[in-house]
Amino acid sequence: MKRQKMTIEFDDNNSNKSNNNLFDLLSEEIVFAILDLLNTNPLDRKSFSLVCKSVYNLESKHRKTLKPLRQEHLPRILNRYPHISHLDLSLCPRINDNSLTVISNACKDSLRSIDLSRSRFFSYNGLMSLALNCKNLVDVDLSNATELRDAAAAAVAEAKNLERLWLGRCKLITDMGIGCIAVGCKKLRLISLKWCLGVTDLGVDLIAVKCKEIRSLDLSYLPITNKCLPSILKLQYLEDLAMEGCFGIDDDSLTALKHGCKSLKRLDMSSCQNISYVGLSSLISGAGGLEQLTLAYGCPVTPALANSLKNLSALQSVKLDGCMVTSAGLKALGNCLISLRELSLSKCLGVTDEGLSSLVTKHRELRKLDITCCRKITDASIAHISSSCGNLTSLRMESCTLVSREAFVLIGQRCQFLEELDLTDNEIDDEGLKSISRCSKLSSLKLGICLNISDEGLAYIGMHCSKLTELDLYRSAEITDAGILAIASGCHDLEMINMSYCRDITDSSLISLSKCARLNTFESRGCPLITSLGIAAIAVGCKQLTKLDIKKCHNIDDNGMLPLAHFSQNLRQITLSYSSVTDVGLLSLASISCLQNMTVLHLKGLTPSGLAAALLACGGLTKVKLHVAFKSLLPHPLFEHLEARGCVFEWRDKQFQAELDPKCWKLQLEDMIP
Amino acid sequence: MDKKDRLCQETWAKSSSSGNELPKNISTEKPSFINFNFNSQQYEQKWEDTSIFGSRTNSSFQEFNPQSETQSLLPSNPNDHIKMADQENSQINETLQTNKIPDWDPRAMLNNLSFLEQKIHQLQDLVHLIVGRRGQVLGRPDELVTQQQQLVTADLTSIIVQLISTAGSLLPSVKHTLSATTTPVGQLGGILFPSGTGMNNSVQQQHSSGSKVSDQSNQMDVTGNCGTEQNYSIEEHEMKDEEDAEEGENLPPGSYEILQLEKEEILAPHTHFCTICGKGFKRDANLRMHMRGHGDEYKTPAALAKPNKEASSEPVLIKRYSCPFTGCKRNKDHKKFQPLKTILCVKNHYKRTHCDKSYTCSRCNTKKFSVIADLKTHEKHCGKDKWLCSCGTTFSRKDKLFGHIALFQGHTPAIPPDETKGPAGPSDKGDENEVANKVGSINYSFGSGGANGTGAQNVMDVKGGVDDPASYFSPLNFDTCNFGGFHEFPRPPFDDSESSFSFLISGLCNYSQKTGGESSSNNIQ
Repeated sequence: MKRQKMTIEFDDNNSNKSNNNLFDLLSEEIVFAILDLLNTNPLDRKSFSLVCKSVYNLESKHRKTLKPLRQEHLPRILNRYPHISHLDLSLCPRINDNSLTVISNACKDSLRSIDLSRSRFFSYNGLMSLALNCKNLVDVDLSNATELRDAAAAAVAEAKNLERLWLGRCKLITDMGIGCIAVGCKKLRLISLKWCLGVTDLGVDLIAVKCKEIRSLDLSYLPITNKCLPSILKLQYLEDLAMEGCFGIDDDSLTALKHGCKSLKRLDMSSCQNISYVGLSSLISGAGGLEQLTLAYGCPVTPALANSLKNLSALQSVKLDGCMVTSAGLKALGNCLISLRELSLSKCLGVTDEGLSSLVTKHRELRKLDITCCRKITDASIAHISSSCGNLTSLRMESCTLVSREAFVLIGQRCQFLEELDLTDNEIDDEGLKSISRCSKLSSLKLGICLNISDEGLAYIGMHCSKLTELDLYRSAEITDAGILAIASGCHDLEMINMSYCRDITDSSLISLSKCARLNTFESRGCPLITSLGIAAIAVGCKQLTKLDIKKCHNIDDNGMLPLAHFSQNLRQITLSYSSVTDVGLLSLASISCLQNMTVLHLKGLTPSGLAAALLACGGLTKVKLHVAFKSLLPHPLFEHLEARGCVFEWRDKQFQAELDPKCWKLQLEDMIP
Repeated sequence: MDKKDRLCQETWAKSSSSGNELPKNISTEKPSFINFNFNSQQYEQKWEDTSIFGSRTNSSFQEFNPQSETQSLLPSNPNDHIKMADQENSQINETLQTNKIPDWDPRAMLNNLSFLEQKIHQLQDLVHLIVGRRGQVLGRPDELVTQQQQLVTADLTSIIVQLISTAGSLLPSVKHTLSATTTPVGQLGGILFPSGTGMNNSVQQQHSSGSKVSDQSNQMDVTGNCGTEQNYSIEEHEMKDEEDAEEGENLPPGSYEILQLEKEEILAPHTHFCTICGKGFKRDANLRMHMRGHGDEYKTPAALAKPNKEASSEPVLIKRYSCPFTGCKRNKDHKKFQPLKTILCVKNHYKRTHCDKSYTCSRCNTKKFSVIADLKTHEKHCGKDKWLCSCGTTFSRKDKLFGHIALFQGHTPAIPPDETKGPAGPSDKGDENEVANKVGSINYSFGSGGANGTGAQNVMDVKGGVDDPASYFSPLNFDTCNFGGFHEFPRPPFDDSESSFSFLISGLCNYSQKTGGESSSNNIQ
């Protein structure tokens, strides 16, 4: 790809010389078609647009979505791209009313969607100009706007064509503001009011009364009671209802309901402590089309609960995370006529071989199964799962510690369609990995804290699982360069790798991984043998790198930072704690314009002035973790200035910690688990 | 005394006139009592006095209807009726003993009584005659019987009327110059009830030995009681009124009787008057308290007691009220007439709907009321948490506002204006400048830490935070990089930081720097 572009550029230069630009001959449609296909990597479009003037202009015309990194460039960017319909400002922490006014005046009617979920500093004035100028606004995400008040909600209500609105954590908005939105935005199809603690029955009721088009309603953690339920259930098109943590709703109020909601497809009643199967069955009595039911951290899974699900013929997914489970309940769930495709029992207490086996033997169509932290299950369950559910695509079984190493062979033999496998903290060994390598579609494999695996097993994975994108080897201490080499040479699509605390990893692993051009997340905490050379190789080879964690890599110093600063222009997040980076290295990182998140704890070579210079130089920082000592060493106005730019500081007061041996660490971990 | 006489005459005249009417009615097939009751009803409607008459007539109505039938057809069991009458008499006697009527002229009373005695004796003779004849001649034509009956009835009626008017002279209220219209009605209304029993008794005398005249004189006194009882029944209604009438009760038309008060009566400030000094009261209880000042006889527990409702435990025809304002839905002539439940309802309705709103709220100076209680209720909430709708209507409760908004299209909650003037809005530009200033000053000081040392004043600014700016920046070895770039440090706040820091990279390492032109596009993703 890169080479092709080079040749195109070369051609371009030639043609320029002869004053005859070949690209001018390309029709608009063709360029647009090319641009349509350039969607895997945002940088591709950028380099394509730099081919020549006409392509540059066409790219400007073609672009519909924009995710700017800095708000200060907004006027220029919006001037360049006149047809923006989707504006994602989640990387711009500082969006004030002026920015919104600029946006609304530049985008006008073309803007249909705006994401302000990570932005602060704007108020109702900006929202008002947005709502009044951008008449075609359909999506607005105002999540986390904790400062917004009812006046801002009233401004949003001016956007009459709004269909989707996210107001999560807008804690100061009350019923009055919601009332304005309910009256103003008649076309609303989705509204999320999660954590809007000021909204009560009245506001929700009015939404349900006025916005008849609602499809999706998120009422999680609202202080609502049964009073608003009748009008919600009357919503004709309601498909998606989330009422997580609504403590004001109980069985009595639900049983009093005369009719359930017929159109409901997804229901989330997690953490509703006051609701048992009685209230649930009343609520879902009419919802024959229910597909997904989430009851995490709710009532115990008993035969009665299973019985209430009996009539839901369309049910495909049940999530019971963190519930008390009885074997009888699981058996009854198995005896339901429904055929589940997705089942989550993670962190459920009381999942036994008996219950789980009888459940999985009945649900043979299961695609996704989550049995994380079901610590009582043994080989018997795994045998039943693998023999019954041959079509599994996702199996998450972190910390199923009683499952012996032989059981994992069964998984590889029988579940060959697995795409996602989480075996963190299990007894799997190389034989198991060899068997699992038969799952050729595997894309995500998590082998953290698997102390029995070695390079030999990983080599099988590298050889056969070419589609692997995600590999977690956290604290799998036996892994060395040889294993990583096998992965790097076999899995070219690797995007994420975690080899933290694999102490034997050296630069050669990193050099081999630099062949994985798509790598975007690289974590190698506590690998003392890695040096700046390896980091330089990663920086040069993996241009997509967005997240880098090299905490406790003592041998990495400024020499590693300089190539990063130059090549890794996509880097967003970096953790440098306990490394040997100094002022110079930190300051050099300022040339990475994307850099937002920085953790710099226990850097011996870092001086206060160097830190100050680096903080000032990195204009896009949104979150910095610092040792609390710097708080007094640096002038207060500096922090004020940085906070005004949109940066949040997190102060840590951790003592310098020496690293433990992996086996000791695991013993310590086991001591902590009850 | 003059007045009293005159009033007595008036009542005599009236009663006689009603008596005169009777014979005509008697000629009809209906029993005479019913006719009589009808008449009384008509009177009531004319005079519009309080409920007592209604209830009295009602009771007599129901009580005597069957009697009249039995009488006209088969007077088989007369003793029962006498018992009933006796029972009532005994009750009345009890009340009489407790209620002595002060200030009356015994001579005039004696005259009247002796006159009555004569009349009764005459009637007695007549009835004896009839009884004697009946024993002799059997199978007499019905006409003769009815004629005799009519004769007896007419006489009885006149006796009763006189009897009652005599009793009426005992009424203290007659002595006072109260509204001339109400008092006679009070008397006549009182008459109606005992007249029923009285006549009954006398008719039954045809068959039995008959009751004594003293009984009748007892009854005469009863009328006095009735007059005072008037107040009690009003109070009963007041009590009901406080519960407030529920509108829209579905009484089939005709199942209740309709009363209509005149405008003046409705607007009169008082409904209860002291029969001695004439002072008006709104509440019966207040009147009773007041009455204590007029003598010890008003201090007895019975006089002070709240009149009990036992009397009304008998089936009573429900009363409903009509508003005198023609065209009003509450007026009885309206097509969809909805009656008012109590007198207080009438009063409040009339004031609220047909009167000026003369009471203005002193707090908001906008809301006006015609009923002072409404004003007081409003003032309790005026100025408190106002829930405002875009239409301008205010609500004291949020749920009421939301109910209103849910009901009407296009109405929306109005956010109070002080919220829109929050600090976030107008000050935002200032905030921006502040940031710019901060950037500027810090950059200056940063630069001053380097070789240039421009703007000593800026250094001073930072001194507040750091002891020695020079030493604070000194550990950073600026000499390693090309510090020429720092001339540009005090740049506009949001200049592209990449380009301004490019020098650092070029100074430190050999990697070629990206061009500035690319930088802006780098910021897009």
